[in-house]
Amino acid sequence: MKNENLYKYILGIADNSLILGQRLGELCGHGPNLETDIACTNISLDLFGQVRSYFQYAGKVAGDNRTEDDIAMLRKEREYKNVLLVEQPNTNFAYTIGRQFLFDVYHLAFLTELQKSSDLTLSAIAKKCIKEVRYHERFSSDWVKRLGDGTPESKQKMQEAMDTLWTYTDELFHQTQADKVMVSDGVGVDVTKLKDQYYKAVTELLEDAKLKTPESKYFQKGGKDGIHTEHLGYLLSDLQFMQRTYPNMEW
Amino acid sequence: MTTTEQNIEKILIPILEQVSDPEIPVLSIMDMGVVRSAIIINDTVKVEITPTYSGCPAMDVIGDDIKKALKDAGYESEIDLILHPAWTTDWITSRGRKALEDYGIAAPLEPEADKDVLLNEKRLVKCTNCGSQNTRLVSQFGSTACKAQFQCEDCQEPFDYFKCLK
Repeated sequence: MKNENLYKYILGIADNSLILGQRLGELCGHGPNLETDIACTNISLDLFGQVRSYFQYAGKVAGDNRTEDDIAMLRKEREYKNVLLVEQPNTNFAYTIGRQFLFDVYHLAFLTELQKSSDLTLSAIAKKCIKEVRYHERFSSDWVKRLGDGTPESKQKMQEAMDTLWTYTDELFHQTQADKVMVSDGVGVDVTKLKDQYYKAVTELLEDAKLKTPESKYFQKGGKDGIHTEHLGYLLSDLQFMQRTYPNMEW
Repeated sequence: MTTTEQNIEKILIPILEQVSDPEIPVLSIMDMGVVRSAIIINDTVKVEITPTYSGCPAMDVIGDDIKKALKDAGYESEIDLILHPAWTTDWITSRGRKALEDYGIAAPLEPEADKDVLLNEKRLVKCTNCGSQNTRLVSQFGSTACKAQFQCEDCQEPFDYFKCLK
């Protein structure tokens, strides 16, 4: 493939949205109440819409006949390059919200920069997506505050979720080889530069929510290289079920 | 703002105005602002549409409906989905805003006011049933991604609010 780094770069971005969208989609009909159920599935829908734009572009970049569905449905676990954070399960609503919040703050900062990409398609997708992601970030921040500054039980659960998920945040700022090449080409975002503003924004919101910012310096990584937690395999078996059972089926 | 201009041949406007948003049947896609260009090249109409939200499932249907409307008027057509410039609620025409309100969906406010109402900090959204501004946010997300759910504290009517997207 001529543009292999660009292809990998697009997938690296899109896989985060795909896997998080799938996680949120699991809550369809299972949310804690009707409003949060609808919110989570609407955010899921936004993310899947964004993924379609990225994968359609990746298909063009690949230059063979692979479609957005092939890319989404027919890869093996290690070929997915999403960060570990987004594949973490919906243990309870605090985890769902905590995961969403920790990703949204990053996503917003990332898309802000991607708008300046020298690649016009990526820049156009970023300009489109960022409008939606602002609503996601507002929703998840609002809920972190509600739960953190809520009842003793909601506070305890929100803190526990934050402490557990914290270990997956540092990976957001790791660069793959493809990332480095894309940054030097002016196409990609240098995520290492987003780290300080990210932790500052997160810490401020956690203070607002009367929660403690976790102090652990031990971080998990691997997702960007395809080395995932055990949760991803189960998620993919759900995601890919139809395509694996009825190959080449279409809507 | 030159890039936000539409380029639609006059003769095609009445045809495209017949196509409505499948989620909001009172609103034509022209008043919604999703048709960015429509020009006739060698007997084929090239239409560019832009999605309101990335995941909007209505876009495929809108594309098919445009094709059908143009076919009924004697034109073959090709539909392209474009992302740039990104759609904004500013592109909803004043006629479109009125159609939304008549249908029971409050039209989008400006960004600052939009933020205030979605955090339930100010009461600015007018009830589509009785016109009262004494309304509260029920949910930041409503029946579709583009809407939030509100309720009027005076007449108790629950209604949708079309969120500002800029």
